[in-house]
Amino acid sequence: MKLLTLNFLTCARKACKATNAAFPLHPKDAELEIVEVELSPLFVRNILPRVEWEALRTLCQDLGLPQLPATAPEPGELFTPNPSDGVEGEGIEEVGEEGEPTQTLKDLHHVLLETTIREGKLVCGSCGHEYAVKEGIANFLLPSHLV
Amino acid sequence: MSRPEDTLPPDLFYNDSESRKYTTSSRIQHIQSQMTHRALSLLSLRSPSLILDIGCGSGLSGEILSTFSPETNPGGPHTWIGLDISSSMLAVALEKEVEGDLFLADAGQGVPFRPGTFDAAISISAVQWLCNAESTEESPAGRLSRFFNGLYASLRRGGRAVCQFYPKNDEQKKMVSSAAVRAGFGAGLLEDDPGTKSAKTYLVLTVGGGELDGDITGVVRGMEGVDVMDSRRRTKGRKRGEEAKGSKGWIMRKKEQMERKGKVVKTNSKYTGRKRRIAF
Repeated sequence: MKLLTLNFLTCARKACKATNAAFPLHPKDAELEIVEVELSPLFVRNILPRVEWEALRTLCQDLGLPQLPATAPEPGELFTPNPSDGVEGEGIEEVGEEGEPTQTLKDLHHVLLETTIREGKLVCGSCGHEYAVKEGIANFLLPSHLV
Repeated sequence: MSRPEDTLPPDLFYNDSESRKYTTSSRIQHIQSQMTHRALSLLSLRSPSLILDIGCGSGLSGEILSTFSPETNPGGPHTWIGLDISSSMLAVALEKEVEGDLFLADAGQGVPFRPGTFDAAISISAVQWLCNAESTEESPAGRLSRFFNGLYASLRRGGRAVCQFYPKNDEQKKMVSSAAVRAGFGAGLLEDDPGTKSAKTYLVLTVGGGELDGDITGVVRGMEGVDVMDSRRRTKGRKRGEEAKGSKGWIMRKKEQMERKGKVVKTNSKYTGRKRRIAF
């Protein structure tokens, strides 16, 4: 399971959904794996505003990954400026008109999409329920008394 | 054709042999990919997006989502997250090394993602399974409502969802679409080849997005002489506006009502419901 996905997951219990502690889920005994994924700069740009940066930072800390900066990178940092679309290209965002992806974007891609949790558990901060992760597949089936 | 929904719950029906049959049958593969392409064209995504696949099974539709092709998937390659209740199906997906993240989860128990996560959602031949409840503690209506409520919350504003499903009858079709509307979606049913054996029903759902003006599938966009019948909220609003409380029409209606009940009501005259103007 990608770290990006973990950044969106909450506890599945109805009682937990309303509480703040249901997000993020905390990994336990996590076994990481790097799976190479083709770089898609537009996707990273698209998804970045939706990522909870603070949660991602603590997650990286917990997993012993390199420390992330305190604030999320600005959209402008993701691409090197393209000299051809200077003034007139600013208003309309055309797909494919950006410059080359920067190292920041490549690092983000590596953390969010290539780093995956293979085995382990995810623990809800509110109810303490443990969701098992096996071979990258998390088990979110709830027993009927927890639904 | 027999309906597998009527025989067993999905997690038991799709066992190892059934999952393999489903995934290796070229006929099913063909139909599945056709439906996925149709759903993708209804979603009309323009840039690489995050998509939720409900009932992803062995990832047949996921494979289409994560490949780029200028004609059929112009916005791709998309990143997807799949939910399925059958562990055998997921095992097949794992063998195939699909690119999306997989979850063993029951859509009828809700969607465990935080609000505004996905750009779009897709579901191919899965929603009809939610119309069955396997224990006395849950009901089909309850499962459908938990699913659509969770889906509505997890999609971002302006997002879309396309659910292809096989309704057993008109009643079931209505149950599913009304559950979606109740969750807050703008919903429309689209039928391909209606009346034939290969009829396909798509439930097209939108979150917010006022610019669509009822035409949520976008099929009739730009066509002349086509009116979209959208009876969702408008009739309700107009009814309320037509007859304000205290107006002449309202008073007359109330008087009639009271008369029918057998109460003593003053006879109507030309002064009934008129304003008392100031004399000077």
